[in-house]
Amino acid sequence: MNCEAKKMMIIEEDMVKEVIIKEGRRIDDRGFKDYREIKIEKGIVKNAEGSSLVEIGGTKVIAGVKLEPGDPFPDMPNEGVLVVNAEFVPFSFPEVLPGPPDENAIELARVIDRIIRESKSIELEKLQIPNTKKVWKVAIDVIVLDNDGNMKDAAILASIAALLDARFPSYKIESEEEIKVDYATKTEERLPIQRIPFGVTIAKITGKLMIDPNLIEEEAAEAILTVGGFEENSKLFLCALQKAGNKGFTYDEIVQAIDIGLEIGKSLVKILK
Amino acid sequence: MTNLVNEKGIRLDGRRLDEMRKIVARAGVLKRADGSGYFEFGNTKAIAGVYGPRPIPKFLEEEERSVLNVIYYMAPFSTKERAPPGPTRRSREISLVIKRALESIIFLEEFPRTTIDVYIEIIQADASTRCAAINAAAIALADAGIPMRDLVSSVSVGKIDGKIALDIAGKEDEEGEADMPVVYFPRRKEITLLQMDGIMTKEEFQQALKLALKGCEIVYKAQTEALRKKYEEIELDSLVQEIDNQIN
Repeated sequence: MNCEAKKMMIIEEDMVKEVIIKEGRRIDDRGFKDYREIKIEKGIVKNAEGSSLVEIGGTKVIAGVKLEPGDPFPDMPNEGVLVVNAEFVPFSFPEVLPGPPDENAIELARVIDRIIRESKSIELEKLQIPNTKKVWKVAIDVIVLDNDGNMKDAAILASIAALLDARFPSYKIESEEEIKVDYATKTEERLPIQRIPFGVTIAKITGKLMIDPNLIEEEAAEAILTVGGFEENSKLFLCALQKAGNKGFTYDEIVQAIDIGLEIGKSLVKILK
Repeated sequence: MTNLVNEKGIRLDGRRLDEMRKIVARAGVLKRADGSGYFEFGNTKAIAGVYGPRPIPKFLEEEERSVLNVIYYMAPFSTKERAPPGPTRRSREISLVIKRALESIIFLEEFPRTTIDVYIEIIQADASTRCAAINAAAIALADAGIPMRDLVSSVSVGKIDGKIALDIAGKEDEEGEADMPVVYFPRRKEITLLQMDGIMTKEEFQQALKLALKGCEIVYKAQTEALRKKYEEIELDSLVQEIDNQIN
């Protein structure tokens, strides 16, 4: 970032804080528990088995799911394999350098992975390919196109939307070791998804909690918490947490943030169904 | 699957649910590093070394503060199966969250255009490696004489056999239902690192976080004691020298 842009950023961060303290409102006039406008479009990439484009305000993320036969992990011979990767396209924000994913992209991928894996969203044991030694490998690749804040929630939504969109390609079992896949022809068979988890990010700015921080709020935030969870039999469960930001939360703030995350997450998954 | 907790609430290694493994904390364990620390949770052993504040390549420097660089690394022999050398996705994420936790306590703004390097090596791993790493790193930073608001202290809590337990280890790590590392900044009563994976209800989470904060207070005592021990020794040495000088 050049010097002028950095100075502008500091002025804007101060404005974000000032309107919260003095006027009790957010810089873009949203409620403290309001998302920006969310748009979800499924099936945008023909070559992927499942895909989605998610926008939260100005943040744009594409997720693609590819399904391919592969070897299971030696310690889980009967379970399918889940792989999550995330990348920032170099034009998505000025600090991105072209090249392999940096630690922030790695963190993003690992948070998505944890929410999907720990909620046992995909029934991995149903991904064994009958009469073979192979299992299906579910690869989720997330690409951030435009970062206007809260990439995490957009990426989590996009990943889950792409999983729900995915259909198996048609395939033929040649032998125990060989499966021929015809990626050009999709079947009607969908992934075994038993739970739809959510991820809700909460920022603390001047001691006040609010969901879905935009870019400038993210910069102004003292601390940020992403709450992963799911609802089952009308009971809410936590499945993953990740704190960011270089300052802390008090015990009471964390407890309050988790309440907000679970409450908002419950309604967030409805837009996926 | 074995039972991780028996009917009396005793765990496989004989601990109660709210009991930590044996802690060892030492300050100043390395000669060359500007500051160093060592921390053990039972069989998990971490060494941290700190260099800096020192010059940083111009394109990386920041005008108004020192750049904190944290590298968490696992020795290839630290795990049961050899860990491939070099950074992994896991170690890079852990380095990032440790960095965030440490940034909250260091007066980085006092050393613009410099870097502070914190290198942490896990020698032996038996769960809670990131917690041991942070505890060692906080001691090392203090030992390096870097101005800090406080130390930070870390433990993990988890859910085993449906019960909340402090400082998960061994089989509990492999078979437990949830794992949650926490970093605490006691002077501000703030939580500066929080991660969780596994399934918990809201009530279980609150119980777990309270237990973690209690554990962090114990760790904090051990860390301050380690630092006190080292510097008391030095004071004694210098006194002896002073007396020697007077006699000669």
